[in-house]
Amino acid sequence: MATPYQERKLRDPALNPGDQPYFDAAAEGKLMLKKCRDCGEYHHYPRGLCPHCFSDKVEWVQAKGTGEIYTYSVTRRGGPVPYCIAYVTLDEGVKMMTNIVDCDLDTIRIGQKVKVVFRKTEGGASVPMFALAS
Amino acid sequence: MSIKGKACIVGAYEHPLRKAPDKSVAQIHAEVAKGALEDAGLKKDDIDGYFCAGDAPGANVWSMANYMNLKLRHVDSTDMGGCSYLVHVAHAAQAIAAGKCNIALVTLAGRPNSEGSSGTQVRDRGVNLPDAPYEMPYSPVTVNLYAMVAMRHMHEYGTTSEQLAWVKVAASHHAQHNPNAMLRNLVTVEEVVNSPMISDPLHRLDCCVVSDGGGAVIVARPEIAKKLKRPLVKITGAGETTKGQMGGKVDLSYSGAVWTGPRAFEEAGIKPSDIKYASIYDSFTITVVMQIEDLGFCKKGEGGKFVADGNLISGSGKFPFNTDGGGLCNNHPANRGGMTKIIEAVRQLRGEAHPKVQVKNCDLALAHGTGGALGHRHGSATLIMERE
Ligand SMILES: [Zn+2]
Repeated sequence: MATPYQERKLRDPALNPGDQPYFDAAAEGKLMLKKCRDCGEYHHYPRGLCPHCFSDKVEWVQAKGTGEIYTYSVTRRGGPVPYCIAYVTLDEGVKMMTNIVDCDLDTIRIGQKVKVVFRKTEGGASVPMFALAS
Repeated sequence: MSIKGKACIVGAYEHPLRKAPDKSVAQIHAEVAKGALEDAGLKKDDIDGYFCAGDAPGANVWSMANYMNLKLRHVDSTDMGGCSYLVHVAHAAQAIAAGKCNIALVTLAGRPNSEGSSGTQVRDRGVNLPDAPYEMPYSPVTVNLYAMVAMRHMHEYGTTSEQLAWVKVAASHHAQHNPNAMLRNLVTVEEVVNSPMISDPLHRLDCCVVSDGGGAVIVARPEIAKKLKRPLVKITGAGETTKGQMGGKVDLSYSGAVWTGPRAFEEAGIKPSDIKYASIYDSFTITVVMQIEDLGFCKKGEGGKFVADGNLISGSGKFPFNTDGGGLCNNHPANRGGMTKIIEAVRQLRGEAHPKVQVKNCDLALAHGTGGALGHRHGSATLIMERE
């Protein structure tokens, strides 16, 4: 038994003011995080105010794009094709919701090392997803 | 100020229908209000406080207040998803204690069964959501957000699919005695783990039902409650909170119940082991396991062992839960299970549960709810009730 990865139509991100730089960078193959210049903490999803200390001195920094799977689930019913939703712990320490792609979905496990890849949504926006690193 | 003993639940009513294609949502709200008033022995014009949540048409108070033609001096449309109604009862007790109203009505109704709702659909959650651009492309749906919690729980604590299945098995033992329940057949652990995998590791039978229906409760000042010839169900403690992704320091190993439980127990002046009956929110089997741990009924990580081998079955197990069959077997009106959690706890405290599942000398009960999704953002609410 195997569940090969299949591409599916992805919803476009409904951007709010402040979100564009993240998706502009994604279009260039870069995963961005917000980092606070006051308390030094990274956060995700990106905000205009640091969720840790409430400073407004938050800036975009490029993430390494590597991490490991914190948790995941392969959704086998409901969609046109099975897909794997996950939280990945980035090397910078923050966890982000994502999809795991480009592998037999049945072989995905917590703790596996992953690296960022990008996929296009229906309307052409780039969004970060992760593939197994090995 | 504490709400301990400041208000009582004097009326409770659960709509008997599980599929109601020919009734409007507004009519179901009004029917459950009428049922709760009749249960209490009160009239519509006795109500001076009204509470409803996002399931009410328009997601405001005035649409249903207008439909029912209520005359109000206190209103509250706090929306905490499925646990809204537990929050409403606590807020009603606060309002009564503060002199803002005397008799408060809380209603819930919805028709997701007739409308074809499913936990595998991506739901449109509205506009201006700050998280949506960073989540919606990944197709988060109700079941996979809970499934990620279950997957992590299995990884951290060794919880098994068989242990989760026992939650459904226990619910089915209770639902067989409930003529209104959607699923009345007894199921086995094997049947649960062999049902189709929806989103790893949750099978179809790990999920709650999708049903129409609703429910209502009436909360009143104790002096009024004492005149009503019904068993006296006092509200003695409550807790409410939200938990989220903590700016990216996501931790799916616990829920907001770790905060609401201790606050509610402290206010009531009791400890978890004093509780005789518990209604525990059961959107999925993992929801029950995690909340039992977080409320302190067992140690963290031991919820799987705790629920196994029939421990949740009334009569034979040590921890009778959801004796109406719960969301897993009975109903989950409007995809929100908080109201029915309160109603079954009231039945238990009054001695009005089905004789086959009635807990003996049930004088202290807890109801706990979750709203939203444990796997990203959720609300938690705990309510403790005591029969005088
Ligand atoms: Zn900061």
